[in-house]
Amino acid sequence: MAMHGMRGLSIFISDIRNCQNKEQERLRVDKELGNVRTRFKNEKGLTPYEKKKYVWKMLYIYMLGYDVDFGHMEAVSLISAPKYPEKQVGYVVTSCLLNENHDFLRLAINTVRNDIIGRNETFQCLALTMVGNIGGTEFAESLAPDVQKLLLSSSCRPLVRKKAALCLLRLYRKNPDVVNVDGWADRMAQLLDERDLGVLTSSMSLLVALVSNNHEAYWTCLPKCVKILERLARNQDVPQEYTYYGIPSPWLQVKSMRVLQYFPTIEDPNTRRTLFEVLQRMLMGTDVVKNVNKNNASHAVLFEALAFVMHLDAEKEMMSQCVALLGKFIAVREPNIRYLGLENMTRMLMVTDVQEIIKRHQAQIITSLKDPDISIRRRALDLLYGMCDVTNAKDIVEELLQYLSSADFTMREELSLKAAILAEKFAPDLSWYVDVILQLIDKAGDFISNDVWFRVVQFVTNNDDLQPYAAAKVKEYLDKPAVHETMVKVSAYILGEYSHLLARRTGCSPKEIFSILHEKLPTVSTTTIPILLSAYAKILMHTQPPDQELQNQIWAIFNKYESCIDAEIQQRAVEYFALSRKGAALMDILAEMPKFPERQSSLIKKAEDSEVDTAEQSAIKLRAQQQTSNALVVTDQRPANGATPSVPVSQLSLVKVPSMISAEDHTSTNQALSEENGTLRKVDPQPPSADLLGDLLGPLAIEGPPGATVRSEHNAVSRLEGGLDAVDGSAIVPVEEQTNTVQPIGNIAERFHALCLKDSGVLYEDPYIQIGIKAEWRAHHGCLVLFLGNKNTAPLISVQALILPPAHLKMELSLVPDTIPPRAQVQCPLEVVNLWPSRDVAVLDFSYKFGTYMANVKLRLPAVLNKFLQPIPVSAEEFFPQWRSLSGPPLKLQEVVRGVRPMPLPEMANLLYSFWLMICPGLDPNPNNLVASTTFYSENTRAMLCLIRIETDPADRTQLRITLASGDPTLTFELKEFIKEQMVSMPTAPQAPAAAPPVPPAAQPTPQAPQIPANDPASLLADLL
Amino acid sequence: MGIRFILMVNKQGQTRLAQYYEWLTLEERRALEGEIVRKCLARNEQQCSFVEHRNYKIVYRRYASLFFLVGVDNDENELAILEFIHLLVETMDRHFGNVCELDIMFHLEKAHFMLEEMVMNGSIVETSKANILTPIQLMDKSS
Repeated sequence: MAMHGMRGLSIFISDIRNCQNKEQERLRVDKELGNVRTRFKNEKGLTPYEKKKYVWKMLYIYMLGYDVDFGHMEAVSLISAPKYPEKQVGYVVTSCLLNENHDFLRLAINTVRNDIIGRNETFQCLALTMVGNIGGTEFAESLAPDVQKLLLSSSCRPLVRKKAALCLLRLYRKNPDVVNVDGWADRMAQLLDERDLGVLTSSMSLLVALVSNNHEAYWTCLPKCVKILERLARNQDVPQEYTYYGIPSPWLQVKSMRVLQYFPTIEDPNTRRTLFEVLQRMLMGTDVVKNVNKNNASHAVLFEALAFVMHLDAEKEMMSQCVALLGKFIAVREPNIRYLGLENMTRMLMVTDVQEIIKRHQAQIITSLKDPDISIRRRALDLLYGMCDVTNAKDIVEELLQYLSSADFTMREELSLKAAILAEKFAPDLSWYVDVILQLIDKAGDFISNDVWFRVVQFVTNNDDLQPYAAAKVKEYLDKPAVHETMVKVSAYILGEYSHLLARRTGCSPKEIFSILHEKLPTVSTTTIPILLSAYAKILMHTQPPDQELQNQIWAIFNKYESCIDAEIQQRAVEYFALSRKGAALMDILAEMPKFPERQSSLIKKAEDSEVDTAEQSAIKLRAQQQTSNALVVTDQRPANGATPSVPVSQLSLVKVPSMISAEDHTSTNQALSEENGTLRKVDPQPPSADLLGDLLGPLAIEGPPGATVRSEHNAVSRLEGGLDAVDGSAIVPVEEQTNTVQPIGNIAERFHALCLKDSGVLYEDPYIQIGIKAEWRAHHGCLVLFLGNKNTAPLISVQALILPPAHLKMELSLVPDTIPPRAQVQCPLEVVNLWPSRDVAVLDFSYKFGTYMANVKLRLPAVLNKFLQPIPVSAEEFFPQWRSLSGPPLKLQEVVRGVRPMPLPEMANLLYSFWLMICPGLDPNPNNLVASTTFYSENTRAMLCLIRIETDPADRTQLRITLASGDPTLTFELKEFIKEQMVSMPTAPQAPAAAPPVPPAAQPTPQAPQIPANDPASLLADLL
Repeated sequence: MGIRFILMVNKQGQTRLAQYYEWLTLEERRALEGEIVRKCLARNEQQCSFVEHRNYKIVYRRYASLFFLVGVDNDENELAILEFIHLLVETMDRHFGNVCELDIMFHLEKAHFMLEEMVMNGSIVETSKANILTPIQLMDKSS
């Protein structure tokens, strides 16, 4: 009977296979569906075997792409069948056909639970798998404890536990609270002691999800993962079944390294050493072999190791090995390796400072841009995009332009967007930028969004020097026989505004300009005609003395369009015609467009927005986000490379066409309109306005003289808002000089504190300037570089930077230029010498002018005490004699600190390490205490060893006792105070004063202070106190 | 999340097995399969095994007339997936003995069971061929 039943399935499948065409297939499928439907109707007569057969037919039909809207109940009901074969079909087919919100699934929840808590292993597996595949929130609530129990049970066999691990992962994704159980992290860590590689493989996937969400909670898992990785890498106790072409489970190796990449650093020196040995072996010991599978598997591990080393970004030597490997990979012929080489090189750009080395491979990467394989071309494009900076922008952008003509259509849009962004970000001079964008429009007009040409117009308007150049350039393009409509738009706008600057050149008289523009009119669509009309009006206005013939010609055109069906065109025609009869007043009304307010490039913004979000953030992306503050000025808006490749068309063509409604609004009164324009331009200093076209085109129609605008604005405002008094109204108009109206972006104190812990990042940012810092410290010398980046399309002037150093620092700032050109970045090195220990902080007094704005800020510089520390591990043999010899004040000081920010010991250890105090584990037998050591450098003290002991009270985490010893009394005091400040205040707390300790020093240890029992095993240390 | 879907498609573009680890409607599946199959089948031997499609990456491998296509997240380890496909094929080989398209077609349920033992909710559960095949052998014996 059973065989017969499944034979029916085979017959059906071969019938389908024999169908000559889609139509026959459909007929056969319909017949079968009808058959199954009738059989299911009188369900009672069906044996479980028959049910099973029909359910498989349904799945098969569904797979072919036909809707199966019945029989779900039958599939689900098989779950409760008593026998394994039916139950199995029930579970498998249910998880293929239904989604988590299906009502029938809820009906099965009890059966599923009974299977999970039952004694039958195979049933347990089936149930766990289905819940793991499609379980929803309801399952999470009712099953999580049972699943957890199975996962951790010592009596359960691996075959059940591995499924429980992934089932729990599903439930966790549905409801993260399922792991909010006391001690769950510790149990996870215990789970990693498991020897079975199947259980480990699936538990590792669970761990990735948990750690990506909250790595701090799972730090005890870190050394365990390293152990697992070590076990595999050294092939210790790996069963043959888990060895793949001689490589111990490459998948588990990859997963373990994935988990580890979610931890920011690995501090424990032993774990670190083991790990680095393993990684080193992977990097250097992976050879190319003949067997494809073996080769792929070993390179899967190698690429993960590369990503991991990049993430750790620690050992200089290993990093350069990585770059060398990647350099080799991008040059091989094997396409998979080359693809991955390019991909990982792009990732590398995001995490570390290797741009210079990668630049050496530029030629090789450009070769891949021309590869026949689109996958490889895309990777090459992304990499070129990511590695582009001011030095190579010209080369790269020109390569992209060249490639644009031969690129396939699927890539042109992305290519042109990227070329436009790069040209804007890294233009060595603005005329080059104009050249590039015009070439782009010329070569790929169909793929150029309006944003691109709006941006050119903004640049040209804001830079007087650029105007004649741009006007001459667009005219050249218009002289060509075939011109893209976007080119007509941008040309019309620019020639309307600035062609009078060319009037003396041959072929550029107003008449000639008009006629080459007007030639294009018959070829363009209704969105372009308004721009042409505006250009005509402006040309007419600029023609002095008036040219009767030209005037008649243009009036005739206005006349013609007065009855145009398109409201925008009609309105302009009527208005320009009326205005152009006003004679001299026309000069004011059609005056040149004012400068645009600075705004973030909509292109760059778009590229940023297009990032795809995935549920679990990848480690590399997380890190890149942390890193963005690191990138300096012009490069800081570089979008994450991996995720930007394609910007969908719908997003690109966000065109705002002036609608009839808005046109009517604009016409209601002249005053209301100029009021709107006025406010738009002046109140809104930075945010990008969505209404770009409105910005560009709207004001043209009725543009009063600047004074009139202001006045009418007042009127309008007071008229509209009644009671609003004149003072308020004038506040939104820039008056002569306003000081300190510039609002910083981000929290200055937070930025400073972040920079105290790392060596590069942004110190200050406002809408006009970004000040970045990059520092290198060697012993008591430091070299800081200030990166002053002008974010605007207009220059920053009267730039002044004064350093106010504290007594203990010798500081020398190289010359700071008075002017920073548009969108340029200047670098000013600052030399620092540390004379003696002190916690005083240097201040940078910085000021600049932008237009009428004056800005002045005083910024603390991160040349702080801990920058002159270098961690040094000390053994017990070195530590104790030193500790004893520094017997008391002033060389050894002790203090009880209260009001400490409570934190677990590991976190405190991390904090200390972040200030370059090396934790020496094992020196103090009391697990609640920390012993650390470091070397301090200054000109007076030279290199000096400092020893630190911190005793904590597990019962009261808000107090601790700190003992500090060094060979210099000032150093001892200053370092003690420094550590105290870090413990007491949140390092990121805004306005945390760096110089004044927030808690009054309690110099004398009080009797009831730290809870050290009399029989403290740490007597070795204690007897010295 | 790892693996989003696994498809087996012959060189005429007919789907022989489809397993999704995220819910897509039938229309979405049809469209996705159509696009991917068109893209991958047009590629030649000299091109790499990875194709970017929407926000997926497709890792694929061809065995005689059959293509194995695995859709993964963008940050998945591509080569590990590529070899996972081979592991799947070797596992099928061990069970069917020189597996071919027809084996998968006519033993769809077995192919599904094997996959079920190897992947759950987009994550790899098991990579030991013996462990993967145990339940299937058990079933064969009982029937």
